[in-house]
Parts: sequence; structure tokens; C-alpha cells
Amino acid sequence: MADKRFRILTSAATAGPGDAGRTGSWRVERPVIAYEKCTPARTGKHACHLCWFYCPDVAVSRELKPSFNLEYCKGCGICAEMCPVGAITMVAEEEFAGEEAS
Amino acid sequence: MSRKLIDSGNNAAALAARLAGIDVVAAYPITPQTPLTEKLSDWVASGELDAEYVAVESEHSALGVCIGAAAAGARAFTATSANGLLYMSEQLHWAAGARLPLVMCVVNRGVGAPWSVWNDHQDAMSQRDTGWIQLFCRDHQEIVDTVIKAFRLAEAVHIPVMVNYDGYYLSHTYMPFELPEESEARAFVGPYRYEHALDPDHPENLNSVTLPDPRNDSEGNLRGGYMDIRHNLQQELHRSLDVLEEIDAEFNRTFGRGGAPILDAYRTEDAVVVLVAMGSLAHQLRVVTDRLREEGVAVGVMAVQVYRPFPARQLVEALAGRGQVLVFEKGLSYGHQGALFTDLKSVLYAQPERPKIGGFIVGLGGRVIETETLYQQVREALDEGDDVASRWVGVQL
Repeated sequence: MADKRFRILTSAATAGPGDAGRTGSWRVERPVIAYEKCTPARTGKHACHLCWFYCPDVAVSRELKPSFNLEYCKGCGICAEMCPVGAITMVAEEEFAGEEAS
Repeated sequence: MSRKLIDSGNNAAALAARLAGIDVVAAYPITPQTPLTEKLSDWVASGELDAEYVAVESEHSALGVCIGAAAAGARAFTATSANGLLYMSEQLHWAAGARLPLVMCVVNRGVGAPWSVWNDHQDAMSQRDTGWIQLFCRDHQEIVDTVIKAFRLAEAVHIPVMVNYDGYYLSHTYMPFELPEESEARAFVGPYRYEHALDPDHPENLNSVTLPDPRNDSEGNLRGGYMDIRHNLQQELHRSLDVLEEIDAEFNRTFGRGGAPILDAYRTEDAVVVLVAMGSLAHQLRVVTDRLREEGVAVGVMAVQVYRPFPARQLVEALAGRGQVLVFEKGLSYGHQGALFTDLKSVLYAQPERPKIGGFIVGLGGRVIETETLYQQVREALDEGDDVASRWVGVQL
């Protein structure tokens, strides 16, 4: 829908990973999901998906087992806040030191 | 058929906003607010105005709601004064950068501290660099006409417009004015058109982060970087003067008023001395002009109706070659001089023969400006016949 004139009128973008650059490098905490608590993972039905809906960087997948794109996840923790069953925990990045960099 | 009314400047502004067909009003109701928004809330409550009235908890939120409403495709309006305008400041920059066609009335008042509810132009002057178009009114008729034209202008150039009028001198006094028929005003303003409004079927992030350089969006279109986008705003601000003239010409054909939307000249044809001012003060200077004309002095008044974008070409055409230009204003850049005065000097600098120019700071915080005092200041400046550096007039202690 963005016509040529609008491309310089102001900034706008269809929501997509990387809209704000490679924000994964900002992260000091990483979301870790417990699938045994997660509603779609537990029920095998596409329900809830609030983590996907609220992620400002489109870094959560809408799958029965949601996963996080750590290249763009900036660790804001909104997904963990929104999760109604407490399935997502924010864990300090230093806990993952030594693992292969995302 | 238009009708003639006698009413306050605030009610004139409210009536005009209603005629323009606003969809959303967001306002903070407490000092420094005026009865303008109270009137609008009355009409929304009674059903006379089919709009959403959002009572917010601050002026910052008031403009924030208008920004959201405009981006969602609604014609939005708000009003404020003085410190309320300053509390909006961050959102003012945002609204202009986001290119949202809002209209806001600013009832010009002195900025605290110390607290003042009286008139001067410091509130608007302090927000001159936000990217808004700033229009100034001299009487109630101009308030009505300017508010109606402001919606057309804002929506044509995608830049928010601030309609300024003097606190108390215009806002709370009663004056006769003509009010267009609603159907005629609606036809003139037209339906709200913002082709970039949010569309649930094609979701977009508006005003997402820019990088120093242009880059491709997620669909592969090259999008401007911050500087490209801001340069476009600057170009469109300059173009908006031509657009305003076109809109005013159409307004003139439709309603029979207008004709001088940028600079309004009074007895300047042969004037050697030109008095320059914004707002109601420009009308007061006509009295000084008439008296000096009777005394044989070739003097006239140039009212500056648009302060931003600064009408540089028009001012040069109007003032270059005159003997003396005297600027009377109610606001300044603290630590320097009058804002209009310094801007005017900057555009006259390149002229081979520039007039002698004087700047006068008057009426801060509602300090009464006697017409006799204005006359004496002009007389003294004529006798001196030289440049006058920003002189404060009427200081008592």
C-alpha cells in the first residue's frame, strides 16, 4: 500500500522481523518456554498465541510449539508478561555463556 | 446562508471546528484550557456534534489521542494554551514528523513561571521549530475562517496546523462575525482524506525506527532515512504557503472573505515606514497608523498571518526598499531578541538596500499595551531614524 511518495513522507513498514535492525544483540535476558505449560503445545490446538501477538519484533513463531528468533528477540520480556499460564521465563544471557552464539 | 453572530473568540473557534466536521476531540479540561473545548463537549453530550470526545489526563495525552485518531483515519482537533502547549511539546514534534493533518487552536498566553493566565505569544514562539504550520488570527472572523481553512491546509500538505489567537483579547471578548452554513462549510472542507491511514487489512508499523541512511522495508521498497524524511517535511512546509493561497482563494470565492492569508497590508502602498505584528496587535497598530497618516507620516501596517513556515519571499517583497520597519511582538528568544524581529532581519540581510529595522517587546503576560504608548514608540523610532535593538516597552520596575 505504500506508494512512492509515502516512502519518504514518513517511515512505515509491514510488521516483520528485523524492522528495527538486528535487535538480538540488545538482549540481556532470553525467553525460555516450558512446553508442558504452554496452552497450544499442551493441547495440540492453535489457541492463545499471546506471545506471538504481542511480540514487538515479530520474533515469536505461531506454531503449536512457539519458538523465539534470537536474531531479533531483544529480550524485552513482553511475551513472558503476557503468557497467561506462566510458561515463559526470562533467563539471564550469562546462563547461556559458552553455548553457541545465536 | 451564513448567519451573523456576536460571541466570544473561543465559541467562534468551537463553532468553526464543529462546522469543519471533526470526528475526534481530545482535551485536558483544566487550566490552562479555555471554554473552547467545554463548548465542544457540550455539543457532543447533547448530540449536536457527532464526534468522539476523549477527556484525557494531560495535554501530552490530548495530542497523543489526536495523533492516534488521525493515523486511524479520523479528523482530530484539540486546543490548549501556554504551559499546556509546552507539556505537549514532544508530541508536537511527533505529529509533524508523522505528517498527521491535525488542527489545534492555541489560545496564546504567557508561560509560567511566574504563573500568568494573560496574553502574550511566548507559548507559540517556543514551539516554532516543531514543524507545525503556525497561523495567527487578528479577530473573531479570522478565527472562524482560519480554523475552517486550516483543516483543508493540513490535509492537503500532511502537516499539522496550529491556529493561534490572543488569550483574552480575542478568546474571551465578544465580537460580531459571520458563520457559514454547515453544509457549505462541510462542502468546502470535504471528507477527511488521509490516504496513509491505518488499515486493518494491510497492517503497517507507522513511524518505525529509521537508520541514518535509506533502507529497504520488509517488502523490498527503498524507504527514506531520517534526514530524507525530514527534508521532505521542510520542502512541504515551504510549499504549504502556495497551497494556503490556493485554499484561501477558493474560500474567498465561496464565502466572500479572505484574500490575504500570508501577509495582510494596511495603508502600505506608499508607506515609507511599515509596522509589523502578529495577532490582534496588528489591528491595534492600525489606529497608530491612522493617527500618523493624519500627521503626514507615510506609515502602514503589515500583519504576519503565517509565522511558520516563515513567509520569507513575501516579506522581502513587502518590506525591501522601505525606509523603516518596526516590529512589535509579544514573545522573544530569551537571551537574545524578539523571535519575529530576528527572523525578519535574517530574510532582509541579503537585500542590497535593507530598511532600518527596530524591534519592540510589548505586552508580556498581559501587560496592557496602550495605543498611545505604541504611538510614542513609533514617533521616537522615526525621530531616531536608525536600527533599534529589541527594546522592552512598558517595564515598570
